Amino acid sequence: MLELIINGNRHKADVDPGANLLWVIREHLRLLGTKFGCGEGVCGACTIHLDGEAVRSCQLTAGDAVGKAITTIEGIPQDHPVKKAWIEEQVPQCGYCQPGQMMEAAAFLAKNSHPTQEEIVQAMDDVLCRCGTYPRILKAIKKAALAGGAK
Amino acid sequence: MSRAMKRREFLKVSLAGTGLVLAVSAGAFPVDASSEVKEKVVTSGITWIPNVWIRMTPDNVVTFLMNKSEMGQGTWTSLAMAAADELDADWKDVRVEASPVTDAYKDPLFGMQITGGSTGVRHMYDPMRNAGAVGREMLIKTAAREWKVPAGECWTDKGKVVHEKTGKSMTYGELCVKAAQIPVPQKVQLKRRENFRFIGTSVPRLDTPGKVNGMGVFGLDVFVPGMLYSALARPSVFGAKLASVEKDAAEKTPGVRQVVIIPDGVAVVADTIEAAWKGRSALKVTWQGGDLPNLDDAAVERMLAEHMKKKGLVAKNVGNAEEALKKASRRMEAMYSLPYIAHAQMEPQNCTADVRKETCEIWCPTQFQTAVLGVAMKETGLPADKVNIHTTQLGGGFGGRAEVKVVTEAVRISKAVGKPVKHIWSRPEDFKNDFYRPGSLHRMEAGLDGNGQLMVWRHKVVVSPIMERVLPALVKDGIDPTTIEGIVDMEYSLANQHTEYVRLDSPIPVGFWRSVGNSGNTFAVESFIDEVAHATGKDPLAFRLGMLKDHPRAARLLKKVAEAGGWGTPLPKGCGRGIAQRFCFGSYTAQLAEVSVDKETGVITVRKMVAAFDCGQVVNPDSVVAQIEGATVMGLSTALKEKITFAKGGVATSNFSDYEILTMSEVPEIEVHIITNNDKMGGVGEPGLPPVIPAVANAVFAAAGIRLRSLPMSPDVVRKALAQAASKA
Repeated sequence: MLELIINGNRHKADVDPGANLLWVIREHLRLLGTKFGCGEGVCGACTIHLDGEAVRSCQLTAGDAVGKAITTIEGIPQDHPVKKAWIEEQVPQCGYCQPGQMMEAAAFLAKNSHPTQEEIVQAMDDVLCRCGTYPRILKAIKKAALAGGAK
Repeated sequence: MSRAMKRREFLKVSLAGTGLVLAVSAGAFPVDASSEVKEKVVTSGITWIPNVWIRMTPDNVVTFLMNKSEMGQGTWTSLAMAAADELDADWKDVRVEASPVTDAYKDPLFGMQITGGSTGVRHMYDPMRNAGAVGREMLIKTAAREWKVPAGECWTDKGKVVHEKTGKSMTYGELCVKAAQIPVPQKVQLKRRENFRFIGTSVPRLDTPGKVNGMGVFGLDVFVPGMLYSALARPSVFGAKLASVEKDAAEKTPGVRQVVIIPDGVAVVADTIEAAWKGRSALKVTWQGGDLPNLDDAAVERMLAEHMKKKGLVAKNVGNAEEALKKASRRMEAMYSLPYIAHAQMEPQNCTADVRKETCEIWCPTQFQTAVLGVAMKETGLPADKVNIHTTQLGGGFGGRAEVKVVTEAVRISKAVGKPVKHIWSRPEDFKNDFYRPGSLHRMEAGLDGNGQLMVWRHKVVVSPIMERVLPALVKDGIDPTTIEGIVDMEYSLANQHTEYVRLDSPIPVGFWRSVGNSGNTFAVESFIDEVAHATGKDPLAFRLGMLKDHPRAARLLKKVAEAGGWGTPLPKGCGRGIAQRFCFGSYTAQLAEVSVDKETGVITVRKMVAAFDCGQVVNPDSVVAQIEGATVMGLSTALKEKITFAKGGVATSNFSDYEILTMSEVPEIEVHIITNNDKMGGVGEPGLPPVIPAVANAVFAAAGIRLRSLPMSPDVVRKALAQAASKA
């Protein structure tokens, strides 16, 4: 039995410390906003925050996250500038990669509240979207930054 | 747990409400009620009208049932807009949900439930409007009867029926149960365009808030009580068969419940997906045989080249191409080739199946419900009314989810173990078991007269057919329409035109991929037209405009992108512009690409894309813009990066690390111009893509003087072409 702190709540999971963190979050704890995309840390659909850092949960074990603050898309408040900007810019198409995109963006803006376009692109360049929503993601992040994305 | 309860858990919405279910089929109505409706009839005790597109409940909520799949195109919102406009619904009360899979929900023009061919809104716009109008009329009649006033004096206003003279008003929720007693009108008056409230406006998508909050239910998000997970070991060589398997180590893997052999391979069923994958790794499987055990990239190239030598079927023959080529004062010839490419939708293929003795229930992100039903019936032997299919949200589709291989596997595995199974493909499985956009080879010939007029066009294509396997009824005289679209119907007026198709016989599975045959054929046609234009010394835009007398809408779009993209204005050294156009799926697209080519590295940088799109009537302009943006990005991705590689008889590509798709840093500014008009509604999801690829190739020619005739236009290909050009010079 493992204890994980997710979105401020303590969750007990009957898993091995070596169990994959993504699948523990999704299938054991049923926080389904964190997505499985590639299993190799290359697409970013499974991005979560670990103590505020954007990380690929598919590359971590549950044991790696014990004692750390895990944040998933469900833990980002509805009125967070990133979520609001994503809705205002009508970013999602299929929507599957978007939780990962938003988690990456939120962690980035928390560190860099007034980014240049180049800095945004650099931060977001390894989160994949097959629907091609990149232009809208870029616009949404700029908007979120103006609205105080560091919040 | 009852079926209804499980469904509720899956949808995460309460279906407990009761109210009006409206009967409107696409053509004649009424049609038989679906099993789900019948179930509700029993549980609610209310007299229902069969065949549902609309469900209304006393809490004022209006739910539209969607027979088309939502995979990002915005179809659900657009169709809800069409119905809500006629119903005069209050948008805040509008919900959408996937319809059941029954005959009542077949696409009226296809006779199947399928989302493809950019038909979602085109085919369902009229039926959904009609459904809304019927609902509105019934609600008005109900209110009139309640108030004992003539129905003609009643009007509707955002979810209410009102009677001005008496000042009375009732909400749809208050009326809906009684409305169920009103006979369904056989003919209704639809709104005039000028009275539309939603249609033609950029209504925000209904699925956006859920997707932003991580609450969208995709296939992988389905949980069924008692569910297990499965992973399948398959041969890596196309067509290989199971020779032997040692299961012991897999069976002893913690969490593994059972190892079963199905026709597709060896399935490991476990408590978790991780255990299933570990168990699969512990299997010792040997495979034997295979279609072409030595298949690799070079073999694919040889196969295409060998087939080019064969005589094909004549798909089009206008005038006399042979004679015209002989007579031509200038003759040009070129070979174009395209690689196999993957769908690479972000949600890997998956399916949850629960096969019992008497029933079969399936949850999956599918584009082709009728095929899912067919698989379930065939594999289980159950009749259609014992098969219950739930369409989830689709984490991308692009045609790849018109395939039902993953469904077949899931149903077979669940049947073998007698338990519900969530069957998930890993990303490498997704890449290796796709039905690819076919690779193809094109021999192009053109003949010009003394005035530089194009008088003859001959195009021979080698490609594998798709319809032969998927919808064989559409193959006419041995010619699969997907192989020649974009060639036989090219927009330019020509006196002599000849198209020949050679069927590529290959073990590589091929399927629908966004814009299907157009994605490859348009690259060959619109690049070669550009070559011809340059050969005549004419401006590629002017050359095209001179041949588009049959397609004035295409000409208008080319002019639009040229004007918006600064066609003919100076650019920095090493930069160039290219244009291309295509009419397909009922819509016109023109694309202008502005690129720079780095002569050292061979890297093509797309600086800007300008798209102009004309799909006739537009339902939701912002959704259309989003589709053109997306198609442009996907087109650029295939133009510059994508190629499936083959080795040792199968697919070598395994993940996004060796199948790179476009990332944010490679996306240029994309300018989209939507030309709105009252022409017949065209498709939106696919037609934006095909001209992107030749526009880039044509821009590369303008920038660097090299003609790239194969894809992807990767740096090594560019460097090779630059070196060749330098050695010639």
